[in-house]
This record gives sequence, structure tokens and C-alpha cells, in this order.
Amino acid sequence: MDFVNTTIERTTVQLSKADFESDQMVKWCPGCGAHAILAAVERVFPKIGYRKENFCMISGIGCSSRFPYYVNTYGIHGIHGRAAAISTGVKIANPRLSVWMATGDGDSLAIGGNHFIHVIRRNVDINILLFNNQIYGLTKGQYSPTTPMGKVTKTSPQGTIEHPFNVGELVMGAQGTFYARVPDNNITMMTEAMFEAAKHDGTSIIEIMQNCIIFADKAHNDVIGKEHKDENMLLVKNGQPMTWGKNNEKGLILKDTMLEVVEIGINGVTADDILIHDAYNQDPGIHLMLAKLAPPHFPMVFGVIRSAMFPTYDDMVEEQIKYAKENSKIRNVDDLLNSGDVWDIK
Amino acid sequence: MPHTKRQIVEKESVVVKFVGDSGDGMQLSGSVFSDSAALAGNDLATFPDFPAEIRAPQNTVAGVSGFQVHMGSEKIFTTGDMVDVLVSMNPASLRANLKWAKKGATILVDTDAFDEKSIEKAGYKQNPLEDHSLEAYHMIKAPITAMTKESLKELGIDNKTAERSKNMFALGILYFIFNRDLKMAFNYFEERFKKNPKLVEINKVAIQAGYNYADTVEALESVIQVGAAKMPKGRYRNITGNTATAWGLLAASEKSGRPLFLGSYPITPATEILMELAKHKSLGAKVFQAEDEIAGICSSIGAAYTGSMACTTTSGPGLSLKSEAIGLAVMTELPLIIVDVQRGGPSTGLPTKSEQSDLMQALFGRNGDGPVIVIAASTADNCFNYAYMTAKLSMEHMTPAILLTDGYLGFGSALFRIPKMSEMPPINPPIAKANDKDYKPYKRDAETLVRQWALPGTDGLRHRIGGLEKENITGVVSMDPMNHQVMVDLRAAKVEKIADVIPDQEIDGNKKGDLLVVSWGGTYGAVHSAVKKAQSEGKSISHAHFHYISPLPKNTEKVLKGFKKILVCELNSGQFVNYLKMKFPLPNFHQFNKVQGLPFMINELNDKFNQILEEK
Repeated sequence: MDFVNTTIERTTVQLSKADFESDQMVKWCPGCGAHAILAAVERVFPKIGYRKENFCMISGIGCSSRFPYYVNTYGIHGIHGRAAAISTGVKIANPRLSVWMATGDGDSLAIGGNHFIHVIRRNVDINILLFNNQIYGLTKGQYSPTTPMGKVTKTSPQGTIEHPFNVGELVMGAQGTFYARVPDNNITMMTEAMFEAAKHDGTSIIEIMQNCIIFADKAHNDVIGKEHKDENMLLVKNGQPMTWGKNNEKGLILKDTMLEVVEIGINGVTADDILIHDAYNQDPGIHLMLAKLAPPHFPMVFGVIRSAMFPTYDDMVEEQIKYAKENSKIRNVDDLLNSGDVWDIK
Repeated sequence: MPHTKRQIVEKESVVVKFVGDSGDGMQLSGSVFSDSAALAGNDLATFPDFPAEIRAPQNTVAGVSGFQVHMGSEKIFTTGDMVDVLVSMNPASLRANLKWAKKGATILVDTDAFDEKSIEKAGYKQNPLEDHSLEAYHMIKAPITAMTKESLKELGIDNKTAERSKNMFALGILYFIFNRDLKMAFNYFEERFKKNPKLVEINKVAIQAGYNYADTVEALESVIQVGAAKMPKGRYRNITGNTATAWGLLAASEKSGRPLFLGSYPITPATEILMELAKHKSLGAKVFQAEDEIAGICSSIGAAYTGSMACTTTSGPGLSLKSEAIGLAVMTELPLIIVDVQRGGPSTGLPTKSEQSDLMQALFGRNGDGPVIVIAASTADNCFNYAYMTAKLSMEHMTPAILLTDGYLGFGSALFRIPKMSEMPPINPPIAKANDKDYKPYKRDAETLVRQWALPGTDGLRHRIGGLEKENITGVVSMDPMNHQVMVDLRAAKVEKIADVIPDQEIDGNKKGDLLVVSWGGTYGAVHSAVKKAQSEGKSISHAHFHYISPLPKNTEKVLKGFKKILVCELNSGQFVNYLKMKFPLPNFHQFNKVQGLPFMINELNDKFNQILEEK
């Protein structure tokens, strides 16, 4: 519970879920994964401990982006793809706000791709909830930048011919400092990742494998579905060996330069051989490898994959302003107007 | 060290232009020269004229860079149509600029630059210095490069550095011609190059050598004296339009108590505003260089939501990219200051040339009915006041506002009478009070229709706004047909009501007459000068120059109706005239348009006035 960031004022009263429930009717489809994400947010915000007036929720356009209307915070429902840019302005202008962003795979990886990589590169201290349902839902079922290649959608009747983005790979390519992947069917896992994101100073990306029940139902089921998760989901925790399986019998080791799946007790492999997860490592090498793992030969990795400490953009803005204020001779606009070559006419 | 040997010719105003290759340092020569003119008490206006390329091929017409100074002992309104003194550092610059020289103009050339290859590259068939084609001018042919090198021999610098100082040698000749004190140039060098004393010395020696050369050469029988102008009392400085815009924004931020946020992306000719504001972190300015134009404005919208005085600066192509986001600011009714330093369009167009062709885009360039404030500055120095007023009206009326300037104003400079901050009009944004039980996002002031600005972090005011249509008063998302009608009407009425607080449109001249000349924005100087000339010839002509375009001043229709004919002059194909026709369908509109990337010439305006006056 130790927060490095002391900029944001903490609440003096115990907040609860009710403090963040909005009076608006939630209009997502019944069975949509977004309902669970909303529940996780309402659960984690009181735990974070900031004053409720210090939360600000920003979104773009799409199903995910109706989010600000459903949480009782300050917020802006923006325009398509631009939530990262709006959030950046909010955070730079007022670093005392805890800025959260709700976005989707279309919103942030297609039309907003530019803002997405640049907010990450700058490490602006905002928390991005990326609802990845691999489809355009609000426009009714066109393929998105994360739709698997070959998938038939309304705009790809013969199957897509595009290579999808791997979100974790994109985040690390953009020098991301925090990346977590969570399933929408596990509120506890989502809540934990959101809490870690809140603690992290810098841009936090939480990729939520979200189900669109109407246009891409069960898109993630082969990994996160009840019958598959033991086999295909590896939940990493910092400082813990990376194991999974029904009886935690499988593990990852690093062989030469590659990750490899081993089974404890077979070929002399012991629990001590298993790679320990180091989320705080500044080097993203292993984090990138973890983000890219996928069935059938590997599990898909969940949890906080990367949480590295780097200076944040907004902190550096404040430092430069502080320095300038302490060192400049120009302290107000009258000083500025009268600086340099001026002369009097009498 | 003013000299007395020569005869002194008094002049009321003189136009000087320095031209040369892009790397010849013409901008620096022009700046030093105009600073000295200002310190000597002249009124002045300057304009740099440079190519879109950073270093176009050497010695070609495409690579010519220039700096024009119009100085006078009378009020100066333009940067000057025709040139009295031309300083030309190579054949290409002479070829490109001779058409701007008055017959009988003094032309100083560097004869060393007129070698066979350069003459050919400039597109001359033969050496213009030898073929008698320049006999109508007063030529001063000086071997500037050679003499500069010679003068710097003692300093032990390399050939290239020595050659690069030829602009200062040429400037020394100009200082002699205009009877200026070299001390002013020396002070400039000491300030500008204070970290490099060697450079100060080189420049001093070169300019002194040029001055001494002029003193001895026989080509100069007389020197020109431009006396001090009769300016209103006060403290002055020289300022470019872009700097004045940046400072006007800083002033509005200080006055309103709202911290300045700028989200912007580099674009010619607006980048200088971004660079200038980036220097002033000591005043709390937060300057964010975004990844693109859209991020520039969207970050500003985020900052505006938190209570900053949020700005974004751009030029035409950038304004196009910002269109959707301006709509968001209209819908969320947040204050947002958008500065468009116009350039020639469409598309990339003429990046370094000036035009007034973004007016319709500023007024209407959005999806849906999205009214905003549109204001236009008219001189380099009043960019300060209009930037200030744009920010004031935007914040007080909770609406995005566009300030139109142009490349001509932005790069050009004029003398600026420095105001005192205590004398600037107050700015009172409608900030909502904490725990106001009656707060609703779209509850409005009954008189102004302005909603309140509720800042995140404030107790008891949590609310969401966004691009979806909202129910009046409550701000809840609403697709109700009648509510949309109400909200569209309210947003329009809110902007229209600003006419109650802006000044009436002024008329220069009689309120009734044969012809009203209408102009707006950066054409003020030329149109004003042309109207004055026509008035002095006894013509029944008046001038209305508009700064407030949306909304228009309340008396606009009355002003227009006082005249038999109305002539709207603008540097586009007729955008303001069509806007006026739409608002006031009068039968007597005429238009004069020019889209050459060049300002109006006074003579062409007078010709047009005469033509319109004579038409039956």
C-alpha cells in the first residue's frame, strides 16, 4: 500500500463502491465484458484512497468509451482515438488528478494509434484500461487491429489479411513502463492489476481481454475460458516462479536466449529451475518475450508483466517550471514586456 | 560618430530591403538595422521574406532570402510597397527583387558575387552590372566580399568565417547612408553574441570597415536622414506578430489567474508562438509539443477541462486537422483559444506566404452547427491585444475562440507601445463554487447563456461532459429531438450575445458616402493608406476595418447601409464579402481579391477604388 506518488491528495474518509456509482443507466449489452470491468473499477477506486474528486476518467469513442458516464468522477467522453491526447492535457495541466482512460482496440490501436504510442513514450502518469475485444462493436462488427488474421467479420467476408497487433509488444516497442494483461472474467485479477497501475508512476497499460458477446463472442475463450485457463493462462507475480497448470506443474525456463516450457519433475527439472518473474526490471527483454507468448506451444501470460521505474513526463514539466521560476528574472508579464530593448518616448 | 561631410537629405519614410542567398545572413542584417531605426525614434514595420526551403540551391532565385524595413518620421502602416534602398548580395537576389525597386532607387551590390557562374545560375544572359540595364538606378558597386576578408585579416579567422561576415560590411555601408550611430549595432552584437566574444569582435570590425568604406567612396554624395516619429508618449519596443500573440496569451493568463497551457505542433508560419511560449516557464506556462495537430488541440481540451487557459496554435492545414476537436470544444462548451496564423492554401500551398483564405474554415469548418468566436488581428503589435481579447472572451463566455493572424503579421514586426498589466481589462471566468448544490453542467447564466466552469478536484461538482449531445441544464446524454434543437440554438445564441460586449465597428471617414471600403485582418496597413490617399484627393470614401468577425459588431448593418457602394478587399477569393452578403443581403457589394501570396499594394487598391467609384 505504499504509494510513491504524494502529489494526489488522499481522502480522509473511507470511501466505498457507492461513492463511485453513477446515476446513469448502464447501456452495454447483457453479458458484455465491460460490466465486469466497471465492477472492478468501482471496487478498486475506494481502495486506492484518493479523494473522490481527484479521479478523472477520460475516454474516446466506442463501446468502452461510454465508461465515464457510468462512474461518478470528473470525466470527459472525448472523440474517436484522442483519449490519450486529452488525458495527457488533463494530467499535465493538473498533476494532482488521478487520470484514468477507458479505450478499446479500435479507439487506441487504429484511429488513435499515434497518440497511444506517444503517451507511452512520454510516460505521462495516466492509467489506460484497454478493452481488447478484437472487434468494432459500436459500429456492429468490423475487424480491428487486434482481430486474428483470417477472421471473418463484416468487412472481411473472406477473412482478414492483416497481421494483428500484440498489445504488449506494441507497449514495449513504445518504451512502455507498465503493462498488465487481465481477463474480463476475473474481477479480482483485474482489481489487483488496476491497483498496481494506480501505484505505478507513469503510463500504465492494462490490456483487458474482453468479450463482445454480440460480434466476437468467445474470442478469448480458448485462453481464458473455464475449460482452457488451467492449460493456457500463466498468471505472473513479481518475485514468484512462473508456473501454471492444474497442479502448477508447468513452468518457464530461459534456455539460451529463448523461453521454454518445462514440467517440474520431468527430465530432472525442479521448482528451483523455474524463472522468477521480475516485473520491476528496467530492461524490457524478458517482459517482451512474456507478452508475446501464446498457445498452442506456450501459455498466454497474465498479471503485471512490466512495472519499471522511469521519470514521468508530468513530473519533469513541474521540475522545469520550478527551476525556471527560481532562476528567471522574468517573474510576471510586466517584467516580460519591459525586457530586452525598450525605450521611452516622452 | 555621425559624419558631417556629406549633404543630408531629409526623408519622411524610406523602404530598405536586404536580399541575398539563404545563407547570407539577411535576416540578421535586417534585424540589426531595424533595431537601430527603432532606437533612433523612427516608427517602423518590417517583414522577412524567405523561401520555403531551409537551404535552397545556392545562388538561385529559389534560394533568395530577404528582409524589408519600412521606417519613417511619420506613422508607418505597411512594410512598404516599393523599395528605396536595395542591398543585394548576389545576382539571383537582384534578379528576384529588382521589380520591387523604385526607379532611381539606391542599389548596393557585392560585385564579387557577380561571377560568371552565379550570373548564369540567376538566369541572366549577361552581367547586369555591365549591360546598362540598371541605368535607371543609383548603383553602388562595391567588392564587399574581398573587402570584408581584407578587413578581418588581422583577426586570424578562417576564410569561410570571414566571408560570412560580408552582410555586416554591407550593413556598415547602410549605417553610413542613413547616418546611424554604429554604437547601436555594437550593443546589439554584444547582447546577441554575449557567449562568443570573438563573434562580437568580428561583427564589429566588419561593420566598421563597411562604414569607413562608405565614408571614403565617391558614389555617395549625400546621406539620408529619417527623423524621429511623433509617437504617443510611452515605452516602446519592436515586436513581431507571433511574439505579440504569445505575450498577449501570457498576459491574459496572468490577468485571469488561469494557468496557460499550450498544446501545439510545429507548422509554418505559427511555430514561433510555440517557441516563444516555451521560453516562459517562469510565468508558469505549460507548453506541450504534441505528436500531431490533433493531439495539440485535444491535450488543450483536456487542460481546459481542468481549468487552464488552454491554447493551440497552428496554420491552415493544422486547423483542418483540428476541426473535429473544435467541435468537441463547442459541444463541451469549454474555453479554448485557437490561433491560426494563415498562409497560402489549399493543402500545403504557400507555407511562407500570406493569405486570408482560412476565414470560412474558421467560421464554419466543422461538422454540425458549431459556432465559435472569430477575431482577427490587423497589425503585428495589436496581435497582443487581440490575443488577449480572444482569451478573455473565450474564458468569460465558455466557448472556443479562433484568432486569425497571418504569416505577414506573424513574421512582420512593428513598434509596440508597452501596456501596463494593471491597465489591461479584467478577465473573470465563471468558475463554479465548491459544493454548490445547484450546480448543473449546462445550467446557464440567464443573461449571457454561459455555463459554469467546474474544475476537477473541486468538492461537490463531479460531472461528465463529452461529445454526445447533452440535455439542457442537467448535462445528461440526450438524443431527444427537441432538446437538440434547444441546445443548437443556445450554443449559437451564446456566441451571438458576445456582440453585447465587443466594441461597435468604427468607420474611418464619414458615416455616409459613395464608397465604403471594407477590410479585415492583416490588410489594414495597405487599405488604410490607400483610403487616406483617396480621401486626400477629395473622394467620398470611408474605411471599415473589421477585427470582430464572429459575432460581428452590433452596428455592422448600419455601417454598411450608409454607403452607395461597398467594396470588400481581402487576400482570398471573396470569403468575407460572402459572409457579409449572407448576413446582410444588400445589393451593393463589390469585391477586390488577390491570391498571390503577396500583400495588397497601395496603388492597386487606389486603382480599384477609382474603378468602383466611376462605375455607374
